Amino acid sequence: MHKTLKLAFAAAALIGAVSAAQAQQKEILNVSYDVARDVFKDYNPRFIAAYKAKTGEELVVKQSHGGSSKQVRAVADGLEADVVTMNQPTDVSFLAEKGLLAADWNKKFPNNASPYTSAMVFIVRKGNPKGFKDWSDLVKPGVTITLPHPKNTGNGRNTYLSAWGWAQRQPGGNEKTAAAFVGAFLKNVPAFAPGGRDATTNFIQRGQGDVLITFESEAELIAREFGRGNFDVVYPTQTLQTEFPVAVVDKVVDKRGTRKQAQAYLEYLWSKDGQENAAQNYLRPTDKDVLKKYAAQFPPIKTFTVEEVFGSWDKAFNAHFKDGGSFDQVYQVK
Amino acid sequence: MSTVRRVNTESLLVRCVLIVLALGFLFFFLGLPLLAVFAEAFKQGFGPYWHALMEPDALSALGLTLLIALLVLPLNLLFGLAAAWAIAKFEFRGKSLLTTLIDLPFAVSPVVAGLLFILIFGRQGWLGPWLQAHDIKIIFALPGMVIATMFITFPYIARELIPLMQSQGKDEEEAAVSLGASGLQMFWRVSLPNIKWGLLYGVILANARAMGEFGAVSVVSGHIRGETNTLPLHVEILYNEYNTVGAFAAASVLALLALVTLVAKTFVEWRMQKETEMLSAELPPERAPLAAVVQQAASQAGDGKLEAARRSPERIEK
Repeated sequence: MHKTLKLAFAAAALIGAVSAAQAQQKEILNVSYDVARDVFKDYNPRFIAAYKAKTGEELVVKQSHGGSSKQVRAVADGLEADVVTMNQPTDVSFLAEKGLLAADWNKKFPNNASPYTSAMVFIVRKGNPKGFKDWSDLVKPGVTITLPHPKNTGNGRNTYLSAWGWAQRQPGGNEKTAAAFVGAFLKNVPAFAPGGRDATTNFIQRGQGDVLITFESEAELIAREFGRGNFDVVYPTQTLQTEFPVAVVDKVVDKRGTRKQAQAYLEYLWSKDGQENAAQNYLRPTDKDVLKKYAAQFPPIKTFTVEEVFGSWDKAFNAHFKDGGSFDQVYQVK
Repeated sequence: MSTVRRVNTESLLVRCVLIVLALGFLFFFLGLPLLAVFAEAFKQGFGPYWHALMEPDALSALGLTLLIALLVLPLNLLFGLAAAWAIAKFEFRGKSLLTTLIDLPFAVSPVVAGLLFILIFGRQGWLGPWLQAHDIKIIFALPGMVIATMFITFPYIARELIPLMQSQGKDEEEAAVSLGASGLQMFWRVSLPNIKWGLLYGVILANARAMGEFGAVSVVSGHIRGETNTLPLHVEILYNEYNTVGAFAAASVLALLALVTLVAKTFVEWRMQKETEMLSAELPPERAPLAAVVQQAASQAGDGKLEAARRSPERIEK
């Protein structure tokens, strides 16, 4: 008992010492989504070095990761994030609604404030036994799709909008045919997984479903964790380009006096170095030259954005995922 | 009770089947998951396991978990002792209300408890604007996590002590006072020695809960790496990041902490039982204090210790 006490005291002292040492340096907190850890684990040292070379100032960057919507809720409730780096524009808009940042946050940085993008792709069993090539193959009878819930997960929402957008953009396609297509698509989902990670576990470890739909960048994470030989990635003819919006949290940086640092932190994401870091983590860089350099890992793919098909993320959200929206209507068709 | 009679008339087969069923159930629902934790943690050998544990984020999560337990336990010890003392030894108005309030954290879901503190201390909460204005950080920082853990572990010590103190009555304390003991003397020499094992037992339970708490802490933590991540939160985050080995390595540390707790708990239970046996052996049965009789009856009942002690003394005496 004494030993553990001593150990705990030592740990407490250590924490105290470390935080005291860091108090002298400027510190910024990046609140981010679940699987972005690798991206920023690599990015932060690169940025800190570049910032020091440029300004001589030593910065400390802290990370917080968790479910996207849960994270922005914490920021709204007082978690002092200098910057947020999310995987859904609706989550950043939520902070704008709460008055923590400007309503036109997505105009403050290039590319809709998304430094890199990804795309929704199919993950299928090794050798693609069911021969999936496009979204139309997924609505065939007897196919089972593994999917997290579209109403409350980023992964599910993006997949839903992707299927809808694909159908609407087919020859003769319109909202009606898209709704019918998505209805048939959802019929092949036996049960929704509660989150993106659970869907992956169901598909890879429990062997449920013929196809898992997820971000291209996440396919790489799955390959690293579960082995490359276990599945194939299929690129449909057209799919949704997903965004990773970033924003400076005005209320927080003004209070803490960290605006300059926070702004520099996000701007550096668009630098060559920042873009290369994204590419190395399998996120598609927005910089054309960097994209070309890493062309081997990013097969050309035809994508559409939420703006092109639905007008804006807010419109898409209100029309489809609000209670009584399209999702509730087409899903009841079952 | 004087004649010993075989009550069990079931055939050997039935007994064996029942025993196998019970053991099988235990194995599948307790043994196997525990084994799975260690199997997953060591899946890639000892190297990656050790590496995952020695990671700065993992170490700081462990340090924070211990720190929170260290801050919470003394406070809860004080509160639990005071509350049990008041409830067991005195009659006052609102006593049943107090007892109910102490049980509240048992009844409230931990997530709801966490949200409660957000509603009070959050930016949009009651005290939020004032705290912001004075730059005091409660939630998404250590104080909030300590408060949430305290709330969750509130009842453990008091709940353990109340039945014990009630069964002991106040005869011994009254005797001490009548012989001229001061309040403090009475507490240190009479009350505390009587309850020390029960108290320790409560502390161990509260400690186990404090270190393993997930729901409430998750809501108020903010998940800042190296700063407000406890071990259970660290496990969840690593798992969601597809870092299975790291997640289960951290989980194995939690499992080890739990096993240590179990051993400590068993030891304390054994001491409690021994103490009461010694106490009742020293005294002739007809003059044994009520407390000892109740406790002996309780220890014979084994697991039903608390339940037995709660029963009215008359019934047990007979």
